[in-house]
Amino acid sequence: MTPSARQVERQRYRRRRALLRGAVAAVSTVLVLGILLAVVLTAPGWDRVQRTYFDWQDAKDSIRPVGEAFWLNIRLFVVAEVIILVIALVVAILRVVPSPALAPLRLLATVYTDVFRGTPTLLVVLLVGFGVPALNLSGVPTSLFWLGVTALSLSYGAYVAEVIRAGILSVHPSQWNSGRALGLSYGRTLRHVVLPQALRRVTPPLLNDFVSLQKDTALLSVIGLVESLRAANIISQREFIFTPLVVAAVLFIAATIVLARLADWLTVRAMRRESGGRA
Amino acid sequence: MSAAPVVLRAEGVRKSFGSTEVLRGIDLTVHEGEVVCLIGASGSGKSTLLNCLDLLVEVDDGSVWLGDREITDPRVDVDLVRRDIGIVFQAYNLFPHLSVLRNLTLAPTTVLGRSRDEATALATSLLDRVGLADKASAYPDALSGGQQQRVALARALAMGPRVLLLDEITSALDPMLVGEVLDVVRGLREDGLAVVMATHEMGFAREAADRVVFMADGTIVEEGPPQQVLDAPRDPRTQAFLARFTG
Repeated sequence: MTPSARQVERQRYRRRRALLRGAVAAVSTVLVLGILLAVVLTAPGWDRVQRTYFDWQDAKDSIRPVGEAFWLNIRLFVVAEVIILVIALVVAILRVVPSPALAPLRLLATVYTDVFRGTPTLLVVLLVGFGVPALNLSGVPTSLFWLGVTALSLSYGAYVAEVIRAGILSVHPSQWNSGRALGLSYGRTLRHVVLPQALRRVTPPLLNDFVSLQKDTALLSVIGLVESLRAANIISQREFIFTPLVVAAVLFIAATIVLARLADWLTVRAMRRESGGRA
Repeated sequence: MSAAPVVLRAEGVRKSFGSTEVLRGIDLTVHEGEVVCLIGASGSGKSTLLNCLDLLVEVDDGSVWLGDREITDPRVDVDLVRRDIGIVFQAYNLFPHLSVLRNLTLAPTTVLGRSRDEATALATSLLDRVGLADKASAYPDALSGGQQQRVALARALAMGPRVLLLDEITSALDPMLVGEVLDVVRGLREDGLAVVMATHEMGFAREAADRVVFMADGTIVEEGPPQQVLDAPRDPRTQAFLARFTG
């Protein structure tokens, strides 16, 4: 089918408009970035800043030790994330299920979220990292790795539990009703109907918390874990340079971007599927 | 028709929301294979009555009986009762995160313990029956309103209920789509399934109902065969209501 003259004219106009808009965006971007760069690079102290923060040779020298230490951050993050999801799911469900038998657990779950959401993560790390080994209990992990994972899981479990609970409460009551009307029990309606929708809805805020968790693995340096921040700090105090810290920062940013794109991809895929490819 | 055994019976059912008395003592008997149409203005209590029959709303007084069992007894397992009573809502309420097929098989597999294959076979035949066999793998949001409502009907039927409650299932649909949904209901009648249907489709009630029940202000004002209630209403409130449809 050939488009009408009117449609051809419209398309020509739209192409022209798109071109113009692209040009405006390009020019203004170059202008703004150019001014920013010019201001920084012509600053009187730039030479010294470059030598301490952005030295290419220093970066190459430190990438190996800092990178190897970052592998510890990733392991801490992945293990803690799994434990956090389990804690958060259990706590969130305990807080929404009305069963009377669960009343004491519900109370416990509420106290847990109140306490650990209210305590600074650094404090939890210090208390668990130094307090738990001091108890001299048998069977309790004493490795720094597991103490660190425990501290982060306790702290973040409370945040993530509240995010998931909010997601559960945001699913419309009619979904509960239609699940129950089909003869599904409360638990089955929760598991098959409400939770899947709730978790999908809270993916963006969950990602937010996990990015934050990724960065907070650096807090564990205070109990003596040599993760990337600590490793970078050791070098920078020995050589009086800050470039290793920038290298660590770049590694954190890179890991975050991977996580963000993964979450975006999952969200878009679910949306596509449910709307039959219209979105 | 009244010779057939009773499937569902309401006795003196009362319900208030806050200070509003929505049901003021409803008596209703539904026999096997009977299609009962509830008509009446919005707010007359039709939806509340259906929700009370399915125990989605707790009655304030009176009782509901499924066969010879009182299901408003708090000791009754509501999940068991609901296997025998299906309900379809005005807003479809399909599960948006599940495919059409999974919407139909979820309850049979998890509640009735059917195998996946068995449930899928039943679901496929039900989808075929409502004319949507080709949509099994689609997701609800990709379907039109009429298609979604037909899926909701098939989903309720997949549990093999003894009685089906339909709550204004065509009210959100345009006239073109109303027909396709009502065709499915017509088919149910031929199957001998008991149906209680709140509706504003007077033409359908006249043609397909065994009995029409007119409700106003939380009471049943008048009931009987469609020719009697719709064509020769006795109560002035029924007359006034119907005048707005024919006028």
